Amino acid sequence: MNQPLMVTAAQKAGPTVTTLVGGLVLLVLLALPLLSLLPADSPFQVSAYTLTLVGKILCYAIVALALDLVWGYAGRLSLGHGLFFALGGYAMGMYLMRQASGDELPAFMTFLSWTELPWYWVGTQHFWWAMCLVVLAPGLLALVFGFFAFRSRIKGVYFSIMTQALTFAGMLLFFRNETGFGGNNGFTNFRSILGFGITEPGTRAALFFATVLLLVVSLFLGWKLARSKFGRVLTALRDAENRLMFCGYDPRGFKLFVWVLSAVLCGLAGALYVPQVGIINPGEMSPTNSIEAAVWVALGGRGTLIGPLLGAGVVNGMKSWFTVAFPEYWLFFLGALFIIVTLYLPKGVIGLLKKKADQ
Amino acid sequence: MPTALYRVIVALLLLLPLAVHADDARDFAAANNSQQATLLQSWAAQPAPARVELINSLQQGQLTVDGQTKTLRLNNRLRGLIDTALASHQLLASDPKLRLSAAQHLQKSASPAQLSFLDRQLAGETDSDVHTALSLALANLQLVDPDPAVRLAAVRLLGETGEPLARTRLETLLQPGVETDATVHTAAETSLSQVKRKLMIGDLLGQAFSGLSLGSILLLAALGLAITFGLLGVINMAHGEMLMLGAYSTYCVQLLFQRFAPGAIEFYPLLALPVAFFVTAAVGMVLERTIIRHLYGRPLETLLATWGISLILIQLVRVLFGAQNVEVANPAWLSGGLQVLPNLVLPYNRLVIIVFALAVVVLTWLLLNKTRLGLNVRAVTQNRNMAACCGVPTGRVDMLAFGLGSGIAGLGGVALSQVGNVGPDLGQGYIIDSFLVVVLGGVGQLAGTVYAAFGLGIANKILEPQIGAVLGKILILGLIILFIQKRPQGLFALKGRVID
Repeated sequence: MNQPLMVTAAQKAGPTVTTLVGGLVLLVLLALPLLSLLPADSPFQVSAYTLTLVGKILCYAIVALALDLVWGYAGRLSLGHGLFFALGGYAMGMYLMRQASGDELPAFMTFLSWTELPWYWVGTQHFWWAMCLVVLAPGLLALVFGFFAFRSRIKGVYFSIMTQALTFAGMLLFFRNETGFGGNNGFTNFRSILGFGITEPGTRAALFFATVLLLVVSLFLGWKLARSKFGRVLTALRDAENRLMFCGYDPRGFKLFVWVLSAVLCGLAGALYVPQVGIINPGEMSPTNSIEAAVWVALGGRGTLIGPLLGAGVVNGMKSWFTVAFPEYWLFFLGALFIIVTLYLPKGVIGLLKKKADQ
Repeated sequence: MPTALYRVIVALLLLLPLAVHADDARDFAAANNSQQATLLQSWAAQPAPARVELINSLQQGQLTVDGQTKTLRLNNRLRGLIDTALASHQLLASDPKLRLSAAQHLQKSASPAQLSFLDRQLAGETDSDVHTALSLALANLQLVDPDPAVRLAAVRLLGETGEPLARTRLETLLQPGVETDATVHTAAETSLSQVKRKLMIGDLLGQAFSGLSLGSILLLAALGLAITFGLLGVINMAHGEMLMLGAYSTYCVQLLFQRFAPGAIEFYPLLALPVAFFVTAAVGMVLERTIIRHLYGRPLETLLATWGISLILIQLVRVLFGAQNVEVANPAWLSGGLQVLPNLVLPYNRLVIIVFALAVVVLTWLLLNKTRLGLNVRAVTQNRNMAACCGVPTGRVDMLAFGLGSGIAGLGGVALSQVGNVGPDLGQGYIIDSFLVVVLGGVGQLAGTVYAAFGLGIANKILEPQIGAVLGKILILGLIILFIQKRPQGLFALKGRVID
């Protein structure tokens, strides 16, 4: 019995406590934006910095959940989810840039002395079209890539490498000024969203609410999915694809569906991330970011729904603390985390908790 | 005492041009800008050996009149004229190399006034290289000769060359209204197409060469990766950092040479090769024994764990050597290049790396196919369980093969340090490309890696000028995805009957 006391306690407590803790966390998350609206001299006031930080981490948690759907359930490790996240973010950023510049061209285009908007910017001044793009851009890319990748049954490390190369290519493309997305500066200096000032406490609180809502909805979706027959097929796909095929299933549709769903969730998370953080640039597409997302999932526990959320929260919380306190050692810590989690925690923290509960 | 001596020598040197050509210097000093230009032009047309010193000092921006040196303020036009005049004077030098460079300079800048001088020099020129260069310089001037026959000869002569400059000259000639004589006009057209063809050949060869060069670097980066991936089924994300460690080993060896054997510094890359190999091989073997061994059968986890290793190695190097690039200098025998065509220079360091990469492939092939270790490696690659049953010590083979793969990456790092920047992020730039090489080439066969590396390298460099580097990369990625549709196991796959 050589494990932390907390773990033992959680194992003994069982599902009621888990529900309780989950409910409590949700309650806190819902309370945070309300507290941020309090006047500045109130002792319970939550600063804009904290709210933005938590909101950012919640967006990452959605990414982790999306990645878990394809990795934990369908057994395909994607190292390119940062691309879908950034695409959603860029789609939202286009709308915000148009809001900020009014009838004029966005500032970076004026610097490039362009005289008119490129065709793919058409309609981005409308919020509804930007929202469509948030879903369509990552969704279509995932559909096309997934169609070809799954048709030839690319799997294992091959799939990981191809997705990594994909996000790398995307990053190179968006770094170019000619691509029309602001080059390496990306989009920033947003002013308003739907007519509300982007830095106003009310807008921040509303965006935070939206993020919590998206998280809850995707959690519910994942839960439904995991319990359905569809989820069982996915798990079978992960464990023994050939046997599944011998049973008469065609795995391609299943894989493609969950892959596209995951990409769209990432895109939505990106779209909520950009107005809260206030910037989007091609750095979000760098392969490093996508791999980091994999360690969130691995730390929390693959194949569980709560695990990735936990992992994203813990790792990002640590990151914001470490990079301020000991910036030199963050990479050592992150590297060690990768190694320790894969060596000693194959099922993540949740796996540790579950192990005893199952016995 | 030495200072005094130095002063005397300087004074004497300063007096020297004064004594010989005091008049020219005085004229130049007295003239205004436009007169100075005329003066320089006339000097260029009628060079005198005694004037070389004066023009040399003018080129430095110094003018000495009556023992007083003053600094000149020259505009660009005067500077150009001074260069031309100097080249014109250097044609009189006895050193053929100096004459050659002067003649090449005059090809660009000679003025019509120099025509008769160049004609005379050409007649007396004995060195064949200088003769060709001079005749070209002359041909450039003769394009505006009033006599159509002279122009025709000049146009034909220009057609023989592959100089980028000849193209611009001929194009100016062909502009409407410049050339009136029909024969010369047609001859110029023929010459222009000839020159263009020669230039295109040069460009194509240049692209092919940079493709080969990139391919050989990719090969060095991907060879070790292909071995470990084939053997263990794991992708080593820290492989790029092995390249980086190899490059930093080179840097350390260079430092040691600077400190202890400055005389032999020319040969430090030769010692860096074994050092880098053993350093990276040792790091690789330690990693295999301590971490990767525990993850066999779980390729995706290995991927993540090795990524963690790479983060730690990068940060470690950053802490030890600083985040900036370190300076690794080319030794003299690796700098410079081989001029093959007027618009094609092959740098020696890239040539050496191509040869080196091929040598590494041959050695690896010998190791894998002619030694006991190689036999074991191939056996484990094909069927681990069966090999273990036959008594192959799979654990030891894994360790040694991992060391070999890392060591080859270390050798690649030495090569990379000679062509690019050496910094902590060095490996990151190559890792994705070398993965693509492995994916494309397939595992278990060296030939696959070789073909894939050179194929990707050449494709990259040929696409680059057409559609840009970034779009080229994206296109290649798309092509690889499509290729895997047809051949999921890469170009060269071992045939097996195993299914999971």
